[in-house]
Amino acid sequence: MSEAYASQMQVLDEVAIRIQNMHKWYGEFHVLKNVNLTVNRGERIVICGPSGSGKSTLIRCINRLEEHQRGDIIVDDIELTNDIKNIAEIRREVGMVFQHFNLFPHLTVLENCTLAPIWVRRMPKADAEEIAMNYLEKVKIPDQALKFPGQLSGGQQQRVAIARSLCMNPRIMLFDEPTSALDPEMIAEVLDVMVSLAESGMTMLCVTHEMGFARKVANRVIFMDGGEIIEENEPEEFFNNPQSDRTKLFLSQILAH
Amino acid sequence: MAVAESHMDQGFTFSKLWRDKRYRGVLMQILVIAGLFAFVTFIVHNAIENLAALGKTFGFAFLNTPASYDINQAFIEYDSRSSHFRAGLVGIINTGVVAVCGIVLATILGFLFGVLRLSNNWLVSRLVYCYVEFTRNVPVLVQILLWYGIIVNSLPTPKVAAADHGIWDVIFLSNRGLYIPAPVFGDGTWLAGIALVIAIAFAIFFKIWAKKTQDATGKIYPVFTINLAVIIGLPLLAFAAMGFPLTWEIPELKGFNFKGGAVLKPEFTALWLALSLYTAAFIAEIVRAGIQAVSHGQTEASYALGLKPSWTLRLVVIPQALRVIVPPLTSQYLNLTKNSSLAIAIGYMDIVATIGGITLNQTGKEMECVIIVMAIYLAFSLMISLFMNWYNKHIALVER
Repeated sequence: MSEAYASQMQVLDEVAIRIQNMHKWYGEFHVLKNVNLTVNRGERIVICGPSGSGKSTLIRCINRLEEHQRGDIIVDDIELTNDIKNIAEIRREVGMVFQHFNLFPHLTVLENCTLAPIWVRRMPKADAEEIAMNYLEKVKIPDQALKFPGQLSGGQQQRVAIARSLCMNPRIMLFDEPTSALDPEMIAEVLDVMVSLAESGMTMLCVTHEMGFARKVANRVIFMDGGEIIEENEPEEFFNNPQSDRTKLFLSQILAH
Repeated sequence: MAVAESHMDQGFTFSKLWRDKRYRGVLMQILVIAGLFAFVTFIVHNAIENLAALGKTFGFAFLNTPASYDINQAFIEYDSRSSHFRAGLVGIINTGVVAVCGIVLATILGFLFGVLRLSNNWLVSRLVYCYVEFTRNVPVLVQILLWYGIIVNSLPTPKVAAADHGIWDVIFLSNRGLYIPAPVFGDGTWLAGIALVIAIAFAIFFKIWAKKTQDATGKIYPVFTINLAVIIGLPLLAFAAMGFPLTWEIPELKGFNFKGGAVLKPEFTALWLALSLYTAAFIAEIVRAGIQAVSHGQTEASYALGLKPSWTLRLVVIPQALRVIVPPLTSQYLNLTKNSSLAIAIGYMDIVATIGGITLNQTGKEMECVIIVMAIYLAFSLMISLFMNWYNKHIALVER
């Protein structure tokens, strides 16, 4: 059933992200080893793996929060180099949601959402607010618009963070463990928002251990360990018929409970 | 309230005075007020009796008698025939000048050092670290004496400085101070003054207009750059239009010292530098703490949204850092102002050296003089506190 559900969403024959022979080191430590990954427009990719396997680092390389040392990363036909203009251009098109939300505590929910459209997209305030309210409605918290982040629950804050990213109208969304810092009863409300985002055709890369979400939404699951992509497959195949021993071990551990 | 009262009415027993929270609270307050009143009465009574025993009277009439002492730095007209009141006024102004100059320089240096301390450059951050640790761990009085010693002992006498031609024979650094040419504004300067007022008015208007325009159309103007250009440029243009009505008064050696020009006296310079550098070390630590208190996630979120580093600093980091910085910054400003009373050690004539020093000794009016000095420091401190509290409220974060 989930297979059918995921296939309803269209994957285009157009490359959104291409990562080739990419390496990254933290000093002496080799974090990412020869990563190759091509993401087409409309794909929903879930990246999982044990902690320290480099999954977060991988998606943080895509919008240059981390710098890679070797290989190529091409996002939306723009190559990530040290060229500040390219980095700025890519960051405008790539949205990111963090584990700890990282909302701006000194701004209201609405101001959090309008800050980047006003300063980066140079949008009139009224237009930016209209767009923001539109997305806040989509994540089901328009009534909290004038509150400050500190006044919201974790789940609400994460939904604001998603809305804030969407206000920039990104073509790609990165999620870095978006539900790991949430209480169990709040995970569902955030995942619901992410599912409907996937249904809208957004290209998504999501680091998560929510295997239910992976089965339902992802069209590909990637397993990383020790800085390498060990295995990638369609969700059904990935969960039912894992190939490598490391994948089997990992799955047995996280699905044990 | 009514409920509480009716409950209280239900039979008062004596033991409730210390066993019932509400009665006990009232009892405590009555006791404290009574104690305070008794203490003040005792102090005043004691003072009156002691003054009587010494054959002294209490009053401020002495302020109108001639001070008959000289003050080496006076921003208002003063000579030894002026009254004690005027001497006090000179002292107040001198305290104010060194406090304001100190606060300005300490703030600039403190913010600079605080940011440099966080630099990725090992050498820079280590150098600032050494500066901070050295400066804030040596008593400020020692530092004042150190700077004064450096200026008075290691700089040449005016005669030698003049013989060395100073810098182009117009700027002279000697142990009597730093002498520079003083600008003398001629007729027509008024136009530049008017231009400055117009430029400032324009800058305020432009800032508001630019904000409105951005809200309405999204267009962003470089407000700071344009305003800076206007505020500097317009008065300069007006000045040029009047044919630069400006002459310079060059300092010249007359006798043992220079005459003419503008001067930074050694006493002021030593006090100013010592207080500023000392307080800057503390401010640097406060600024560093404030910036570090803003989590790295905030910067990352801002970058991920496409905001460039300068906007991230301005729109995300600084507003959050300021709310951590401002309250302890206020105490540093207060400290600097009060530390300026150490001026007396090197003969800078502030309020302590005038009213609290020579006037006190000459007139024997200890009580009155100390009251005046305390009241003046209190007034300075309260003004700084009021301003900083207003500013803090202005930038405070609404949370929960």
